[in-house]
Amino acid sequence: MKNSRLIGFLPWLVVGLLALFPLVESTFYMQLLTKVLIMAIFAMSLDLLVGYTGLVSFGHAAYFGLAGYALALMAPKYETVSLWWSLPASIGVCALFALITGTLVLRTRGIYFIMVTLAFSQMLFFIFHDTKLGGGSDGIYIYAKPTMKLGEMELGSLEKLENFYWLVLLLTAGSYLLLRRILGSSFGRALLGIKVNEHRMRALGFPVFKYQLASFTLSGALAGLAGYMAAVQYGFVNPEILSWHQSGAVLMMVILGGMGTLYGSVIGAFAFVLLQEVLSNQAWFGIAAKHWQLAMGIFIMLVALYMPQGLAGLAQKFGRKPAEETSDE
Amino acid sequence: MDFAFFLIQLLNGLQYGLLLFLVASGLTLIFGIMGIINLAHGSFYMVGAYLAWSLSSMTGSLTAAILLAIPLTVILGMALERLLFRHLYQRDHLYQVLLTYGLILVFEELRSLIWGDDVHGVAVPALLNASIPLTDNLSYPVYRLAISGVCLLLAAGLYFLIQKTRLGMMIRAGASNRDMVQSLGIDIKLIYTLVFALGIALAAFAGMINAPLSSVFPNMGGQVLIICFVVVVIGGIGSVKGAMAASLIIGLAETFGQVLVPEVAGMIVYVLMAIVLVWRPEGLFGRA
Amino acid sequence: MNEPILRTKALTKRFGGLVAVSEVSLDLFVGEVHVVIGPNGAGKSTLTNLLSGDLPPTSGEVIFEGRNIAGCTSDHISRLGIGRSYQKTNIFLPFTVFENCRLAAQSRTPHALSVFRPAEGYAEINRLAEEAMAAAGLTHRAGRIAATLSHGEQRQLEIAMCLATQPRLLLLDEPLAGMGPHESQRMVELIKGLTADHAIMLIEHDMDAVFALAHRLTVMVNGEVLESGTPEEVRSSPAVQLAYLGGEELLHE
Ligand SMILES: Nc1ncnc2c1ncn2[C@@H]1O[C@H](COP(=O)(O)OP(=O)(O)O)[C@@H](O)[C@H]1O
Ligand SMILES: [Mg+2]
Repeated sequence: MKNSRLIGFLPWLVVGLLALFPLVESTFYMQLLTKVLIMAIFAMSLDLLVGYTGLVSFGHAAYFGLAGYALALMAPKYETVSLWWSLPASIGVCALFALITGTLVLRTRGIYFIMVTLAFSQMLFFIFHDTKLGGGSDGIYIYAKPTMKLGEMELGSLEKLENFYWLVLLLTAGSYLLLRRILGSSFGRALLGIKVNEHRMRALGFPVFKYQLASFTLSGALAGLAGYMAAVQYGFVNPEILSWHQSGAVLMMVILGGMGTLYGSVIGAFAFVLLQEVLSNQAWFGIAAKHWQLAMGIFIMLVALYMPQGLAGLAQKFGRKPAEETSDE
Repeated sequence: MDFAFFLIQLLNGLQYGLLLFLVASGLTLIFGIMGIINLAHGSFYMVGAYLAWSLSSMTGSLTAAILLAIPLTVILGMALERLLFRHLYQRDHLYQVLLTYGLILVFEELRSLIWGDDVHGVAVPALLNASIPLTDNLSYPVYRLAISGVCLLLAAGLYFLIQKTRLGMMIRAGASNRDMVQSLGIDIKLIYTLVFALGIALAAFAGMINAPLSSVFPNMGGQVLIICFVVVVIGGIGSVKGAMAASLIIGLAETFGQVLVPEVAGMIVYVLMAIVLVWRPEGLFGRA
Repeated sequence: MNEPILRTKALTKRFGGLVAVSEVSLDLFVGEVHVVIGPNGAGKSTLTNLLSGDLPPTSGEVIFEGRNIAGCTSDHISRLGIGRSYQKTNIFLPFTVFENCRLAAQSRTPHALSVFRPAEGYAEINRLAEEAMAAAGLTHRAGRIAATLSHGEQRQLEIAMCLATQPRLLLLDEPLAGMGPHESQRMVELIKGLTADHAIMLIEHDMDAVFALAHRLTVMVNGEVLESGTPEEVRSSPAVQLAYLGGEELLHE
């Protein structure tokens, strides 16, 4: 009992410690951590599909990238845009796109679903790559960060690294709480039921398609939140953020951390981004760092073969039960 | 558009479609029979193209290069099936996706280490390096016709293999009932190895013969893979017939799209896929 | 006689060349247990699948409370008030017994789409789930993971989930298969108790249970209805004696 309360308290401790981070560190590691948190939101959004609805999407980068492009296209050049409307609008665009593609891809299952999600994300990639709409293969710059004003007062300029970091931290924690809440609700239980036994859910009277579509749309919207923040952080978007490597990377984060646990996605994002940084560190690996993807590829294959439950699964194996149980109550 | 021009586009579309068929048929066979989704299938196309380039610059002949490269890719396919894919048959598609995605990264980096990151052209074999004049200023390259011919021959061979031979019967039985095949004492493991190697070799061969037309370049496998996914979705998983029909449809649609509506040509295949998904989610020749 | 709650007209299902269900017409009434018997492969489960929407019929009609539901999806049919259990246990193995029943009950409630309130926060749903568990005799197992139940208990859970959806028509596909004698007896009592305000179609092999429960009896062979009527009529039908029951057993019941 005492133990479980301690574990329930753990996420808050982590958030608290992370919030203090800018006081001790600046620039490089703060930027890196911001990136980790953004990827954590992205990974959690995919875990909702893969780990909780039983839908393996290999095209999740589409929604991530689309939000970035939405911001870039909505923001007037060289002028600032308000976060208050550009963020909801970008997320809305993603949700709408997810709703439309969802109605199509959810007509398929299994291998088909994987291929079709990938194909639709590639469609978006080619739209932005081949047309002038989004600056072609060069992409678009976002010269000024969005503003957060309350009346005339600036709540905190996002040009300042720590402000942006805190915002992203807040959104990550918020996304986590939101998803926890949703997954514990009747709706969330129905999603889990669909993941476990879709056929029986249907026989019980659940309109499975509607639930899946709602989950798909929510997931796309949340990926959009992450994509928006990524675009703000980097100050530009190009077709690469829509590429299937992005989809593969985020899927890897979900599995690496442990799918169907939510917090695993956060751990997975952390581990994956860190690993990427380490492997591509020229100071440590010299010329080999240039080919870091080789090591990454081998690592991914090893995880797929030998660590299907990810880090969360490992933790469970070694006796320490994680804070949340997924499948049963 | 006059007739000669139309004819050229038609031939180009068919040639492109037939080439797609070589890659997609292997993909769909591996899906259908072994239940494996192989994202790295496009990498074998790339490996084929790079082998054709490097071996032909060593030997001075594309034909010699292809003859050398085919056994190499078959061995590669068999080795990978034994070492990696065999562990995936009973696993969730999720892990197949992850493993084969990792494999793509490995292939791309090995390609970069062995062959570098430059774009290379491959010479058309001298014997086929000619054009057939159609009008005063339009002509059609013999090499493209040769590709189409070879692809058709292979397609016919594949049809014969699957429909008429004992191996093909086992393949078809394996697709429909794994346990039955095993209870008949047929070595399903061997069949899987052979099917996988066949699929890999077909993809690699497509890369080889297309190298003079497309040249060889990094990440060339990715594009082909995605288009072939669309082909498989449209044709129906596991259906070689469907793969043929869908390949030709896509080949023609893309080729004519690029001529008639170049701005949106890249979109056409996806629109076609969306239509098929709405109309027949299991694919044109898929089992409902 | 009152109106049937469900009536099929010339219901037919083909699988390629095989006619699994052929021109079956039958009526189900509230207050009656209609037992369908027949050898393995006779098409009983397929018939159930046609009524529940798990499979679309090739031809024919299924009239439920006055409307043709042939070809409707299974979730739609379930919401109309037809519940079914499966011959091959079909439950949520990683969930607890309670969660299995709670999910089933949740499908009936208007707040099923509620996104923020904890799932356990609905008294009505919890009550339905608990009633269903109690009826099936699983209350003492509420907290157990379904995968760890005995086979017989899983069969009971199968029925409990069906009950939790509060159907007016129950389609029970061999509910007693794999149950011990004690559990079987209990299930027979449960079905008896449900009869008054439900219509029940029961597929069953256990002849004791069949004659303990049946108001009407239909014998299926090779997808066709061989005979249908009261148990006495069927028992004395020469065709049935000849073709299916080997005469003896049924006569000397
Ligand atoms: N989905 C299906 N596809 C093809 N054949 C089926 C299918 N389901 C049942 N059958 C066939 O239909 C016949 C009737 O089966 P079933 O309804 O399960 O019989 P019963 O429940 O009376 O034992 C059997 O011959 C069976 O093999
Ligand atoms: Mg049956």
